[in-house]
Amino acid sequence: MVRLEPRQQHSQAMVYLSPVLAIIFTLLSGLVIFSLFGKNPVTALYTFFVLPISTVYGLTELLVKATPLILIGIGLSIGFRANVWNIGAEGQLTIGAIFGGGLAIWFHDSESMFLLPAMLIAGIIGGGLYAGIPALLRTRWGVNEILTSLMLTYVATLLLSFLVTGPWRDPAGYNFPESRTFPDAGMLPIIMDESRLHFGAILALLAVITGWILMARSVIGFQLKVVGLAPAAAKHVGFIHNKLIWFSLLVGGGLAGLAGVGEVAGPIGQLLPSVSPGYGFTAIIVAFLGRLHPVGVVFAGLVMALTYIGGETAQIEIGTPAAVTGLFQGILLFFLLASDVLTTYRVRFGSPVAERGGSS
Amino acid sequence: MQSEQNGRRGQGEQPLLSLKGITKAFPGTLANDNVGFDIGHGEIHALLGENGAGKSTLVKIIYGVLKADAGEVIWDGQPLTVAGPAVARKRGIGMVFQHFSLFEAMTVQENIGLAVTDEKDRKVLRQRIIEVSKGYGLPLDPDRFVHTMSVGERQRIEIVRCLLANPKLLILDEPTSVLTPQEVERLFETLNKLSSEGCAILYISHKLHEVQELCEHATILRGGRVVAECNPKVETPRSMAELMIGDKLKPPERSKPDLAHSPTRLEVADLSRASDNPFGVDLDRVSFTVKGGEILGVAGIAGSGQVELMAALAGETRMTDNNDCIRIDGEAVAASSPAKRRALGAVFVPEERNGHGAVPAMTLAENAFLTAFHRMKLVKGGLIQTRPTEDFAADIIQSFDVRTTGPEADAGSLSGGNLQKFIVGREVRQEPGVMAINQPTWGVDAGAAAAIHQQLIDLSARGAAVLVISQDLDEIFAVCDHICVMAEGHLSEPRPIGDVTVDEIGLLMGGLHDQSSPPLEEETSAGAGA
Repeated sequence: MVRLEPRQQHSQAMVYLSPVLAIIFTLLSGLVIFSLFGKNPVTALYTFFVLPISTVYGLTELLVKATPLILIGIGLSIGFRANVWNIGAEGQLTIGAIFGGGLAIWFHDSESMFLLPAMLIAGIIGGGLYAGIPALLRTRWGVNEILTSLMLTYVATLLLSFLVTGPWRDPAGYNFPESRTFPDAGMLPIIMDESRLHFGAILALLAVITGWILMARSVIGFQLKVVGLAPAAAKHVGFIHNKLIWFSLLVGGGLAGLAGVGEVAGPIGQLLPSVSPGYGFTAIIVAFLGRLHPVGVVFAGLVMALTYIGGETAQIEIGTPAAVTGLFQGILLFFLLASDVLTTYRVRFGSPVAERGGSS
Repeated sequence: MQSEQNGRRGQGEQPLLSLKGITKAFPGTLANDNVGFDIGHGEIHALLGENGAGKSTLVKIIYGVLKADAGEVIWDGQPLTVAGPAVARKRGIGMVFQHFSLFEAMTVQENIGLAVTDEKDRKVLRQRIIEVSKGYGLPLDPDRFVHTMSVGERQRIEIVRCLLANPKLLILDEPTSVLTPQEVERLFETLNKLSSEGCAILYISHKLHEVQELCEHATILRGGRVVAECNPKVETPRSMAELMIGDKLKPPERSKPDLAHSPTRLEVADLSRASDNPFGVDLDRVSFTVKGGEILGVAGIAGSGQVELMAALAGETRMTDNNDCIRIDGEAVAASSPAKRRALGAVFVPEERNGHGAVPAMTLAENAFLTAFHRMKLVKGGLIQTRPTEDFAADIIQSFDVRTTGPEADAGSLSGGNLQKFIVGREVRQEPGVMAINQPTWGVDAGAAAAIHQQLIDLSARGAAVLVISQDLDEIFAVCDHICVMAEGHLSEPRPIGDVTVDEIGLLMGGLHDQSSPPLEEETSAGAGA
C-alpha cells in the first residue's frame, strides 16, 4: 500500500523551488512527448521555447500574451490567499469584453478621448458585476463559488456568441459572426512601434505593484491572508468573512474584465465569438505557479505566455497539433501540484503503522 | 493501601515491562534518547514530564503506534515487536487515549462491539460489559447512546473496552482532565483495584497531586531523557515539578486585593444563547461581574460551555437582540464587534492557540499585529506600520521571555508554552481594562505556566478585571479571588476562594449528572429521562 504521510517539517526553500522543478520536469516530459510524435525532441523544444522569443517582435508578442494572464493572475492570487476559489475568470473576462466592446460598438463613430477610459471602466465593472453573482450566492446562501463561477463562464461565452451573431453583428460584415471593428478612439495605444504591444501591459504592471502593496502592507491584504490561513483567528478578531469574499471576487472579476476589454481593444479590435484562448483558466495556473505572490505572478505569466506562442510557432514550423499548448499547460500544473504535495508529504510504502488505534 | 503491597516489585522478580535504550528521532528533535525503565506486575507507574518531554512518543512506541529507531521493549521476559495497536492489545496492553474514539450516534454496546472480532465473544458481550463495569465501579448501561453521556461516562466506556481484553498493562494518557474531583476519586478506586489484581498501570499526567496520591513509582522525562526516578509518596508536588523543569519553581505571589471600592469593569447579566453547533452547549442565564483588581475563576469540566462563553465575550458570536447582557466598563457591547470591544479596552485569549489565538503560518510580528493593531496604533492610512509592529513584537518577546529567534519567526515554530507566553504578553502589553482568558496554561510547561500566572496577577494588581476560565482547579485556587463553576452552560454563584472546598466545587462541576454512584438500574432510568 502507498500512503502519504505529513512531513514533520517542510522546507521554505522548496516552496519557491517547486515551480522551478515543475518547469524542469515539464521540459523533460516535452522531450519524451516530441519523441513519440517522431520529432527531433531537441529541435522541437527549441522551436517551442526558444525560437518564439529569439526576435524583438517575438518578445513583444510574449508580453502581449502575458498581459491578460498577469492581470487576471494578480486578481485570482489575491482571492486564493483568502481561500476564495474564483475559477470563472474566463467568464468575467468575456463579460468585461462585452461591456467595454459594447461601448465601442455603440459609439462606433466617436472620436472622443473619453471613449477608451470609459470602455476600460465598463470592462472592470462588467467583470466585477459578473463575479458579484458567485459572491452574492456564496455570502447569502453558502453556495460554493467554484461551481457557480465556473458554470457562469459558459453562460458568458454563449452570451457573447449570441451578441456577435445577432444584435451586434457587423452590418457590413457579410454575415460573419463578428462585430464592427472598434473606432480608433476605442483602441488601446500601441506603446512600441512595429509591434502589437499595447497600453494594457502598463496597466498590468500597475496591477502588479498595487497588488504587491495590497498584500504585503495593507490591512485588507492582512485580513485576506488571516482568513485564508486561520478562519477562526479571523473571526476572533472580528474580520468580516463575507466582506472579504466580496472583495476577493470583485477584485478578481474586475481585473479579469479589464483583461477582457484589453484584448478586444488591443490585439483583436472587435468582438468575435471567442475573445480569449482560455486566458481566464490559464491564469489559475499562473497564480499558483507564481506562488500567489504578485512578483511571482509576473514570471509565471511570462512562462505561460510562452506556452501559447510556443505552441503557435511549433504548429507552423514543425507541424505539431495546436493541442500541444494545452498539453504543456496541463503537464506543468500536474508537476507543480506534485511538487507541492511532496513538499508537505512524503510517500510511504507498506502497511500503516503510524495509525492511532484507539478503537479499531 | 492495597496497591502498595501488590505493586511492590520483589527482588529478582521479572518486571512486566522493561524498556532498554529506547531512542526515537523526528526531523529536528530527538524525542526519546536512550530511555529505559521497568514496570512491575500490578505496579502503578507514573510517567511525568513537561509538554514535549517525549512522553507521548514513548507511550506510542509501547503501544505499537510508533516504531523506535533503537532500543528494546521487553515484555514478560521476551523481546516485544509490536507491529500495531491490534497486536499490542493481543499481548495484553490496553490504552485509553486523551481524546476518545467513540461514535456519538451509537450505543455503548455497539461502540465496544466494534473492536470485538470474535463471534463467540460477541454473544456474551452484553453480559461481560455489565459484569466488568459493575465489578470495577464503572457503571455503564450497554443500551445508552454515547451522545447522551457526560465526558466522564464516556471515559468509562474506553476503560471498560480495554478491561474486556484482560490487559496486564493499562496505559492512561491524562485521564483526569475531563473528570470532576469526585469522578477522579472513583477512577482511582478502580485503578487501585486493578492494580491489586495484578494489572500494571502506566499513568501519564501533569497533575502532580494526583500522581502523589495514586502512584508508587514515577519516571520523569525531560528533553527525551530520563532525568529521575522517584517515589511520589515521599516527594512533594513541587519537588517533582522542579525535577520536570530542571529548575527552581517560583510560585505566583499575590497580595489580597481590596475590592470594596473597585469599579465593576466586566458585567454579564442573564446571558443566554443557543449554540450554533449541534454538539455545542447552550449558554443558560449566565451572570457574573468582575471588578477592577479582581481575578474571577471559572471552573468546570471540558465542554460545559466555556468555549461558548468565551465566544460570546470576545464577540465571535453576537447577541444582536440583547445588547445589554454584556457590559465593558459600563458600556453595553453584547451586539458589538470584537474590534469595538477591544477599543473599549477588553482583550481575549481563546483556548486554542494554533489557528484561533494565533496564526501559525504567520510571523510573530504579524501575530502581534493581529489583535493589537487598533490599541497599539499600528495602522496608518490603511497600511501596516511595519517598523512599530516589529518593535512591538520584539518588546513582547523580550519582556515576556519568549524563547525564539525574533519577530520574524513563524508562530508555528514556537513550543506551546512559548507561543502562549507570546499571546498572553501580546494582550497584557496592551494594558487592557478587562481580560478574559480560556485555559491560560493548557499544555504549557510548569515554568511558562508560573510566568503566565504572574502576568495575570500583576495585570489585575494594575486595576484590570481578569476572568480566568480553566479546567485546572489548582490553577484557579492559585491565582483567583473568586470562583464559580460552569456546568451544562450555566454558571454558579461566584464565591470567595477561601470559603469553598474542592469537594463543593466538584459537586457543582457535575451539574445535572449525578455524582453519587448509583446502582446500574437507576443510571439506566436517569439516562432514558435525559
